[in-house]
Amino acid sequence: MSGFGAERAVPGAVATAILCRGLTKRYGDVVAVDGLDLEVRVGECFGLLGPNGAGKTTTVEILQGLVPADAGAVTILGMTWERDAAELRQRLGSQLQETKLADKLTVRETLKLFRSFYRRGRSVEEVMEMVGLSEKRDTWVVKLSGGQRQRLAVGCALVCEPEILFLDEPTTGLDPQSRRQLWGVIAEFRQRGGTVLLTTHYMEEAERLCDRVAVMDRGRIIALGAPRELVASLGAEHVVEFGLADGGRLDEGDLRRLPGVVNVRTADGKTYLTVRRVHETVPALMQLLAVSGAALSELTTHHATLEDVFLSLTGRHLRDE
Amino acid sequence: MSRGGNPLVELTLWRIREFLREPEALFWVFAFPIVLAFALGLAFGSRPPQSVRIAVERTGQFEPLFSALDSASGLRAVLLDPAAAERELRTGRVALVVVPGEPAVLRFDSTRQESYLARLLVYDALQRAAGRRDVREIRESKVRERGARYIDFLLPGLLGMNIMGTGMWGIGFAIVKTRNQKLLKRLLASPMRKSQYLFSHILARMFFLTLEVVSLLLFGYWVFDVPVRGSAWDIALVVVLGAMTFAGLGLLVASRAQTIEGVSGLMNVVMVPMWICSGVFFAYSNFPDAMQPFIKLLPLTALNDALRAVIIEGMGVAAIGWPLGLMVLWGVACFGVALRVFRWL
Repeated sequence: MSGFGAERAVPGAVATAILCRGLTKRYGDVVAVDGLDLEVRVGECFGLLGPNGAGKTTTVEILQGLVPADAGAVTILGMTWERDAAELRQRLGSQLQETKLADKLTVRETLKLFRSFYRRGRSVEEVMEMVGLSEKRDTWVVKLSGGQRQRLAVGCALVCEPEILFLDEPTTGLDPQSRRQLWGVIAEFRQRGGTVLLTTHYMEEAERLCDRVAVMDRGRIIALGAPRELVASLGAEHVVEFGLADGGRLDEGDLRRLPGVVNVRTADGKTYLTVRRVHETVPALMQLLAVSGAALSELTTHHATLEDVFLSLTGRHLRDE
Repeated sequence: MSRGGNPLVELTLWRIREFLREPEALFWVFAFPIVLAFALGLAFGSRPPQSVRIAVERTGQFEPLFSALDSASGLRAVLLDPAAAERELRTGRVALVVVPGEPAVLRFDSTRQESYLARLLVYDALQRAAGRRDVREIRESKVRERGARYIDFLLPGLLGMNIMGTGMWGIGFAIVKTRNQKLLKRLLASPMRKSQYLFSHILARMFFLTLEVVSLLLFGYWVFDVPVRGSAWDIALVVVLGAMTFAGLGLLVASRAQTIEGVSGLMNVVMVPMWICSGVFFAYSNFPDAMQPFIKLLPLTALNDALRAVIIEGMGVAAIGWPLGLMVLWGVACFGVALRVFRWL
C-alpha cells in the first residue's frame, strides 16, 4: 500500500498497477499460461486479446489471486497476494466470465450484498445509476436481459470504487446495443482515473476501449502495443480478402508482385492481401484472375484490424466461425 | 462514499430471501411434514385392529365351519372354491385358508405375522365351536393413553426427519448451486470472510428451524392432541443441537460436489438409510439385534430418541446425555472435516 502511494507521488513517473514476470500455469499436460510477462500502468485500459483457450481467463484469475500460479511473480498496486490479500481484495473490482449472480435477489439486494463486504465504496443508488439499472432496482436477476445482467455484474465490481477493474469477456454473447452500453460504463470508470484489465476476443472492443493490447496465443503474448501500432505493424492499412471458385489457385509470387501488396496469407481456403492502396491492387488482381482463368467466389476489402494482426502472426483466426 | 450493511446480516438475508422466493422449497419444508403427519395419523389412527380376512374352501361339510369362524371376533371369513382360495392366499388377500374335513387343515404362510395371528384365532374359534371350555378365568384391562398411540410415536420422528432433511438440503443444495454457477468464486474475489459465508447458512437455518418445529408441534397438538410434556427449553436445546449436527453433515456432503446431480446422489446415500433405520415411521427395535449397535450410532437415531424423550416422555436433558453427546460428536466431526476439504472454486 505504501509502495503504491509512494510511486504515485513521484511527479511525472508512470506508476505500475499490475506487474507480472514469468507467470506459468499448467493443468495436467496442458500449459495454460507459459512464462507470461505483463505490465499494466495506472490509469490505462489494458486488453488481453486472443482466441478461446489462449490462457486469458487463467491469467486474469491468477492476477486476481483466485488461482495460484505454478511459477512467476505477481505484484498488484505494489502488493503481493502472499502478503496483502485482504487489503488487495478491498481495492480490486472483479467480473468473472462464468459467474451467474443469484437468480432471486433483486438488483438492489445484489449490490447491497456486495457492498457490505467492503470497508468503503459507493452507495448502491450511485452504482445503479452508473450501470443504468435504477429502473430495474426491484427486479429479480433472473428476469433481467443478458445485457442488464452483465451490467449488474460490472456494478458489483464497482461498488468498492476499485482502483483496478478486472473484466473477463464482459460483452461476450451480448447484442451490439448492450455491448455499447457496457462500453459506456467502462469509459466512465476510466474517466475517473480507474485502471482496467480486460479480456476479449472481439477486436472491435479492444480497438475501441484499450490503450494497449497484448495479443495472446497458447499461453504466451505474441504481440504488444497500442491497437493502432499493432495494425500499423502490418505495413499497410487495408486488407483484400478473396476466395476462388472450384478450389482454384493463384501463384503466391504473382500475388506478391501486384502493385501495393505488402503481404500475402492464406487461411481456410481464402487469400488475404495486406495492401497500401486498394484502388491500385484490385484492378491488377482482376487482370491476374482473367489471365489465369480463375473465377472469384467472393471478394471483400476492409480496413486492417487486430483480427488481421492475429491472422498474420498465427495464420489462424481469432474466433472460430 | 457510503456505509455498507453488515456482511453477515446481508449474507443471511440472501439465504432467507432465496428460500422464501422458492415456493416449492417452502412446500417441502413446511407443508409436506404436516401433510404426512395428517395422512399417517388418519391411516394409523386409534381405531380397533382390523379383523383378519380368511377363506373357507367350499368343499365337504363347510357350513358349520364357516358360521363358527365368521362369528368369531377378530375374524372375517369368505367362502371360496379351492382354486380361488389358493390364489387369494398366494397374493396375500386372505391370511389363511381353512380346508374342511376331518381333521380340518389350516393352510398359511408361517412367516407372515397376520397369518400367524389368524392361525391362533381360527384354532381358538374351532376348538370353542367343538365344545372346549376355558379352565382359567382371565380378565382384560384396555389402555388407551395419550402418548402411547402411533401418532405420538410418529410426530417426533417426522420432526427429526424434517430437521435432517431441511438441514441437509437447505445447506447442501444452496452451497453446491452457488459453487456450480461460479458465484462462490466471485465471492472469493471480494473481501467477504469465508467464515461469515458459512455462518450465514447456519443462521438462516435457525430462522427457518423455529418456524418448522413450532408449526409441526402445534399441528400435532391441535389436530391429534399429541402431548408436549418436556419444557420448551429442553425441546429447543435438542432441536438446535440436531439442526447443527445435520448442518454439519450437509456442509460435509456439499464440501466438494460440483453439480446438483452429484450432491443429490450423495444426500440420498446419507439420508435414505436413516429414514429407514433411525425410527422415523416405526421403532428401530424391529431390526435384528446384530444391527442395533450401528443403528444407535446414527445421528438421526440419536435425534429421534432425544426428541421422543423430551416431547412425549417429558424427560429433562440430563436423562438423554448419550444421544445429545452423540449428536455433538457427529456435528463436530462433520464440521471439522467439511471445513478442511471444502472447495471454494
